[in-house]
Amino acid sequence: MTGGEYAALAYGVVFVVVLAYVAIIAAKLQRLQRETAELLELARRNPTVREPGRSAVYAAPVPRVSAGEEEAR
Amino acid sequence: MGLALFLALHVAPEDADQGISQRIFYIHVPIALTAYFCFGLGAWKALMLLWRGGERYDLESYVAIHQGTIFGTLTLLTGAIWAKASWGVWWTWSSRQLVLFLVLFLFYGAYFMLRYSLEEGARRARTSAVYALFGVALIPVSFLAIRLAEDFIHPTVFTRDGPQMTGTMFLAFCVSWAAVTLLAYVLYRVELVGKRLDADLRELRESLT
Repeated sequence: MTGGEYAALAYGVVFVVVLAYVAIIAAKLQRLQRETAELLELARRNPTVREPGRSAVYAAPVPRVSAGEEEAR
Repeated sequence: MGLALFLALHVAPEDADQGISQRIFYIHVPIALTAYFCFGLGAWKALMLLWRGGERYDLESYVAIHQGTIFGTLTLLTGAIWAKASWGVWWTWSSRQLVLFLVLFLFYGAYFMLRYSLEEGARRARTSAVYALFGVALIPVSFLAIRLAEDFIHPTVFTRDGPQMTGTMFLAFCVSWAAVTLLAYVLYRVELVGKRLDADLRELRESLT
């Protein structure tokens, strides 16, 4: 091998390793995106979780009415 | 990075002694310095964990050491290629600079074995931090080994009289160093964000199920 080929090999190795690292990170971000979608779906199915723009189903507590108050009504 | 490659491969003059293979210098040395910096950053974050406490320092220390290991691998690979081009061998045990860098690299390689052999929690964070701090002692030894060593196999470019290269070569080196440092910083931030997001999602999943 010539000096130029060794130089090209050195720069090529750096490029390949960085590219592999970026590919691993991209795969991880895809997995996180998938998990986020799954959790969102899980949250939508859960009635205690408030959806954006709507009030929570069980958010407001119902006041307890005593027997006297019930008779007065 | 593009500018750094342009300066290193096109603008910087060819070395009279080594010829075109000397251009490996513009990628090998900045990567080695970045690896030292990442290991140092990992040790600093470990110190902050032991000093102030806080879970975030554990993750930051881990990611910095992980980056240091990646750049350390690249240092060894590009160094081996340059050694083959210049000395005719891929590796020589007679150069203390090379051996000490390998020791530093293996030391931080063992960091991951230690970390993953312990259960996640405060104990693992503290043990990993103490180990990372021990490793930092090897950084100045490895960095200065070339000056402490009596062998002259590994070239000395930066002496007390300044850099032993032309102005264009020095400019190409500085731009390459800045580019590699920036690359390491971006990769560090991306990995850190990914790890934090992963931990948050795990916690959210546990609370929802």
